[in-house]
Amino acid sequence: MSDRESLTATGTLVRFALRRDRVKLPIWIVAIGLGMLYAVSALPTVYSTPAERQVRAELMDSPAATMMSGPGYGLDNYTLGAMITNEMVLYLAIPAAMMSIFLITRHTRAEEETGRAELIRSTVVGRHAATTAALLVAVIANAGVALLTALAMLTGDLSAADSFAVGVGIGLTGLAFAGVATVTAQLTEHSRAASSLAMAVVGAAFLLRAIGDVSQPGGNVLSWLSPLAWVQQARPFVDLRWWPLLLCIGVLAVTVALGYFLSVRRDVGAGLVPPKLGRADAAPSLSSPLGLAARQQRPALAGWAAGLFVFAVPSGSLSDSVTEAVANNPRMGEIFTANGQDPVDAFYATMALFLALLVGAFAVTSVLRLRSEERTGHTEAALATSVSRPRWYFSWLGFTALASAGLLLISGLGVGIGAATGNAGPGTIAEVTIGTLAYLPAVLVVAGFTAALFGVRPALSTLAWIVVAYAVFFGMFGALLELPGWVTDLSPFAHTTALPLADLPVAPLVVLAVLATILALAGGTGFRRRDIEST
Amino acid sequence: MTAALEISQLHKSFGQVKALDGLDLSVPSGQVAGFLGPNGAGKSTTIRILLGLLRADAGDVSVLGRHPWINAVELHRRLAYVPGDVSLWPNLTGGEAIDLLNRLRGGADRTRRAELLERFELDPTKKGRTYSKGNRQKVALVAALAADVELLVLDEPTSGLDPLMETVFQDCIAEAKRAGRSVLLSSHILAEVEKLCDTVTIIRNGRTVQSGTLAELRHLTRTTITATVDRDPAGLANLVGVHELRSADGAVTFDVDADQLPAVIQSLGHLGVRTLHSAPPSLEQLFLRQYGDELVGAES
Repeated sequence: MSDRESLTATGTLVRFALRRDRVKLPIWIVAIGLGMLYAVSALPTVYSTPAERQVRAELMDSPAATMMSGPGYGLDNYTLGAMITNEMVLYLAIPAAMMSIFLITRHTRAEEETGRAELIRSTVVGRHAATTAALLVAVIANAGVALLTALAMLTGDLSAADSFAVGVGIGLTGLAFAGVATVTAQLTEHSRAASSLAMAVVGAAFLLRAIGDVSQPGGNVLSWLSPLAWVQQARPFVDLRWWPLLLCIGVLAVTVALGYFLSVRRDVGAGLVPPKLGRADAAPSLSSPLGLAARQQRPALAGWAAGLFVFAVPSGSLSDSVTEAVANNPRMGEIFTANGQDPVDAFYATMALFLALLVGAFAVTSVLRLRSEERTGHTEAALATSVSRPRWYFSWLGFTALASAGLLLISGLGVGIGAATGNAGPGTIAEVTIGTLAYLPAVLVVAGFTAALFGVRPALSTLAWIVVAYAVFFGMFGALLELPGWVTDLSPFAHTTALPLADLPVAPLVVLAVLATILALAGGTGFRRRDIEST
Repeated sequence: MTAALEISQLHKSFGQVKALDGLDLSVPSGQVAGFLGPNGAGKSTTIRILLGLLRADAGDVSVLGRHPWINAVELHRRLAYVPGDVSLWPNLTGGEAIDLLNRLRGGADRTRRAELLERFELDPTKKGRTYSKGNRQKVALVAALAADVELLVLDEPTSGLDPLMETVFQDCIAEAKRAGRSVLLSSHILAEVEKLCDTVTIIRNGRTVQSGTLAELRHLTRTTITATVDRDPAGLANLVGVHELRSADGAVTFDVDADQLPAVIQSLGHLGVRTLHSAPPSLEQLFLRQYGDELVGAES
């Protein structure tokens, strides 16, 4: 097959993919654009004077803030553009990366897994056409993101060149991860595993940038290893340089070449890792819906546990830098004291919230497995045995609750252990762990909401992500945007300011737990009454 | 005779689409009942209602004397199901899937399981995703046949099996019948139904168009007669009850309605019969007749 032939029908496949994604992609693109538009319009009213922005800049000069935002360029002259670049850009680049990863996986590995690729490849379609088409769609989508975010910034009277640098940077970051997904799609047979691997790379990139940026103002070599860092390293609105964005293109080129190289070394539908034979009989643990749920979620759970722990330990170890920062900058200490909070506690609280939000995302994926079990016909097979619908439903929810508690425990332990490697006493481990576990009711509300959607309106199940997106957005930016209390309070995660432990609010936690139970029961009632969908 | 399964006037709609429109079906206890219909006739929908996976809009359904929606759990201990399109958990082996399904049902006979694995030549150590369609079907069949149940509900269970395995399947169904089990077998493989079933229900567009024992159904249908005659047979075409008459070189073939047979045979006798061959209709013909175009007008 010549190079030209291997791309036969790429154009047709691009149009086909765009047609299939005609709702999904515009939602992603517009949502990212709106996020930027909102920041550009809200921030100038919240921080109308340079003095107000400078107060914000001092707050951002702490390790906890740096970890969650950026390298801190322009903190000494915190203009609107510098503020957006430092605090918002990361959280627009990550969705762009997620959009790209899901897009690539959806049009490559998922098509092979379902067998649809076989049908397509039997027609006059080149070997590389499907992958190339998916990448071209990713280029189109990320161009849309770049354009919309840049235009959104221009509405705020910001410099055109810097605005486009930010927009193009976000788009190119998305494309770099499209390249990463092209590689992971070659490795495993399952689309779920392929996108999870690519998402793990996003997590690693986040961690590298966080540690690098905290270690040194402007970031050190670790930051430079992270594709998520490069937009901010272009220093828009401070001292613009375009060349860091070339790194994104470099990653895209290398990963795409690697993806093509790997793709011709395997069969259609197969991964690079050959399937193994397994047991002829089921283990005793595989005797109930709960056992099945645990077995099905085992690889994902192991991945989440490892990822959270690996993220938590180094993050916790940064607590010493918090103490140092306060010692070097008495003004920061004053700000925290004015808020009635110990800076180190504030740091732990930020970490706990961030990790709990991630566990919330796990809970959504775990409950949504009920939906994919139903659509693949597995639920039908199980319910045709003497398993009742409530037993099936509550087994998956029970597993989700237990696993979420376990993940919160591991996260809290990780931060605590990380802190204990520094100057924090061993008591910190227990305190941070309990503080993180206090987010369990909030996580369960998210899980319960997902379950209620699944039970009552299964077609809308994926809308559960809105709660997570809401909690992330307003949890991370509620303070930045100085939003009214009720907006942030709508997030279940807003009611667990658990650290220091003395402030642990018991009543809200009970309310959240009751709410989670009601939601789960509502979903259970819906599930008991409705038809089981078939394949 | 008690019925293992009894459905009358079953209705089910999905939005605007009427899937079942007054369907009747009965499986006599201890018998093998064939459930025939073309694609989209409503066979799988009916079976999903029997399993309590879908809720009927209207009609009476009783499985082993119980209500499939209300008593689902209790009922499912007493029945086993093989879906038409078997989807296995991709990361479980076939053996694990068999064990899981049977444990969820309340246990199965280990010796029978081993014996069935051997007869169906199924490797239980392969992962679900690596099985072919036929092998996935075998996994579901082994799980169902190894279970000690009163009723087997099988939705086109042989659509992926090769002829050798079909024979094994037919033996297994015959054994199940001897063991006193009732079987509902949906199919569009007519030879299989003819070989295995005591009664047959034929449905179309969500409605039962015919049901009864094989013998009863034959009674209702035409006989095909082939004869060689001395005189011109064209006149036969004008007789009441004669259909699709074809003749060439003195040989004539036509179908006769059962109630008109005596009169037609008499007329045939006057033509000087040299050879005569009459055949009961095959299920293929039954099927064609029920779904052939000529009946579309008469039904609606």
